[in-house]
Amino acid sequence: MAEQPILEVKDLVKHYPLSQGVLFRKQTGAVKAVDGVSFALGKGETLGIVGESGCGKSTLAKVLMNLERATSGQVLYKGEDISRLSGAALKAVRRNIQMVFQDPYTSLNPRMTVGDIIGEPYEIHPEVAPKGERRRAVQDLLDVVGLNPEYINRYPHQFSGGQRQRIGIARGLALKPEIIICDEPVSALDVSVQAQVINLLDQLQKDFELSYMFIAHDLSIVRHISDRVGVMYLGKMVEIGSDLEIYDHATHPYTQALLSAVPVPDPTARETRDRIVLSGDIPSPANPPSGCRFRTRCWKAEDRCSTEVPLLAVPSLLSGPAAHASACHFAEVRQTVTT
Amino acid sequence: MSTSVSSASAGSRADTVDSSDAPLLQVNDLHVEFRTRDGVAKAVNGVDYSVRAGETLAVLGESGSGKSVTAQAIMGILDSPPGHITGGEIIFKGRDLLKLGSEDRRQIRGAQMAMIFQDALSSLNPVHTVGAQLGEMYRVHKGSSRKEATAKAIELMDRVRIPAAKDRVNDYPHQFSGGMRQRIMIAMALALEPDLIIADEPTTALDVTVQAQVMDLLAELQAEYHMGLILITHDLGVVADVADKIAVMYAGRIVETAPVGELYARPAHPYTRGLLDSIPRLDQKGQELYAIKGLPPNLLHIPAGCAFNPRCPRAQEICRQEVPRLFQVTENDGTELAGRGSACFFWKETLNGE
Repeated sequence: MAEQPILEVKDLVKHYPLSQGVLFRKQTGAVKAVDGVSFALGKGETLGIVGESGCGKSTLAKVLMNLERATSGQVLYKGEDISRLSGAALKAVRRNIQMVFQDPYTSLNPRMTVGDIIGEPYEIHPEVAPKGERRRAVQDLLDVVGLNPEYINRYPHQFSGGQRQRIGIARGLALKPEIIICDEPVSALDVSVQAQVINLLDQLQKDFELSYMFIAHDLSIVRHISDRVGVMYLGKMVEIGSDLEIYDHATHPYTQALLSAVPVPDPTARETRDRIVLSGDIPSPANPPSGCRFRTRCWKAEDRCSTEVPLLAVPSLLSGPAAHASACHFAEVRQTVTT
Repeated sequence: MSTSVSSASAGSRADTVDSSDAPLLQVNDLHVEFRTRDGVAKAVNGVDYSVRAGETLAVLGESGSGKSVTAQAIMGILDSPPGHITGGEIIFKGRDLLKLGSEDRRQIRGAQMAMIFQDALSSLNPVHTVGAQLGEMYRVHKGSSRKEATAKAIELMDRVRIPAAKDRVNDYPHQFSGGMRQRIMIAMALALEPDLIIADEPTTALDVTVQAQVMDLLAELQAEYHMGLILITHDLGVVADVADKIAVMYAGRIVETAPVGELYARPAHPYTRGLLDSIPRLDQKGQELYAIKGLPPNLLHIPAGCAFNPRCPRAQEICRQEVPRLFQVTENDGTELAGRGSACFFWKETLNGE
């Protein structure tokens, strides 16, 4: 990534306040959904974000889309901070960042035809397609995502889950954005249909030079589609690097545990697999552990971990593919069997 | 499909039952349909499978393949109407459950066979404490007193390793995390030490790190009580980890049965092969994923012949006309592969990867 990244996130924080009192809004605490996340996304690149539920990956997507205001930190789109924009300036920027949602059953309005759903972005941004050309533009989009352009007057309920997700993708493409944020785009789909949608996303990226932020919990799909992968835990990015660095040379214990816990579709690996089964659940983001947030479930935790927050940095002792950003005091490569 | 072919007992069909060790549960030619306003949806069209004590059968299939409906029919919790069992038998410990009255079935349900549901939050009653819900099993089936039931509930929660069970017995379901709730579901299913447990997507709603904990627990308890386990799932990874044998379902029929290792190594049905090929693999990074074309069929209009034929790369004329039965899969030299069956006219070619 020699050139300027298309999207750069610096120390992004999103806290949801827990407040009490009437006169003075007395803040008693905050749900620290995203707590200091930094990364960059290059043009035409796919950044995968993985993590368990509650780790803040969907909140991160919402903040990037400006659907939620960031508490602090910066979101730089081509060098311009978009996290404080409003009005016309925000509208103009939003054209370039679009989103594909997880659930194709609830993210499409059942009372609108497919043509209206995909064409609605043009109502907000009329400069993209003049009124007379909209129908054609929508039909072209349907064709691009592999649906019959004659379906333009149908309603969402007449489509299957995979087809609906294609409609959602077509809507995301309507304004010819540069960045698409995919929040679990295939997890609601049947196994045999997931591959179709993944292939479509891959193809569209090549055709339109899109940058993807691909949020998912299915690690094998993330690996397939991503150039780089970031691992989140409790609002923090704990490790980030290229797919090879993360999957084969993970240095953060959480990443190692996550990778080892993924069921491998290979029964012969059943006996030989070296699994780390973590105990307990994710702590509450309203009251995260001091120091390293993973320490309560970590087998390497020492006193230092409870007092000193590990920074996301390249550990100085490591070299080769293991030398990528990892937020652990004791980062080291462990031989893990991965998918 | 019980395909443990022994030389001593010869049955009428290719599949015969090993008489020396009768299976715990045997489903024969089960048919279930849903009569809806739009027509009759044939959800299950002739399913055969069997489970022995201590064995794990994984039923693999996509949504709408009939895997959950089969389980509901076995448990006797099928919504009726619109669901109707139109044929077949479900033999559990030598008795055909479909011929029993509702009171007899109620006695069996919970005590001898139990079910773990996917979504623990909506399967637990939000207005009762988990202790009361766990204890209910003992109060209803065993006639225990309130005090005994609570003591038993604590014991159960300890079994499934819920920390501080004594203090948490009076908590409500929403006070537990997803993984803990699923443990409570497991505890509830185990309460009366049933012989058979049906787990319907038990870990789908859970995170991977918690999923590993729950599956480990389930496997351990199964071994301890020597129970039969039917694991219903769509996750090829989970299946590879825990199953002994697999039945793959598609459009209400079993299209392939095989011991777990062989299914992954050499699938004998194009659908299974397609599913396995569509898993992203390391060496295919950056390339197009293999995808099964098309969509799962609408159960109101199942395609004629083999239900998979419109999506199958191997489909021939015969596939569109004739419904393939579950063929015994053999090695090329004719030796039968125990426990293997494929409902494809071209299983031999598929098996050999041609």
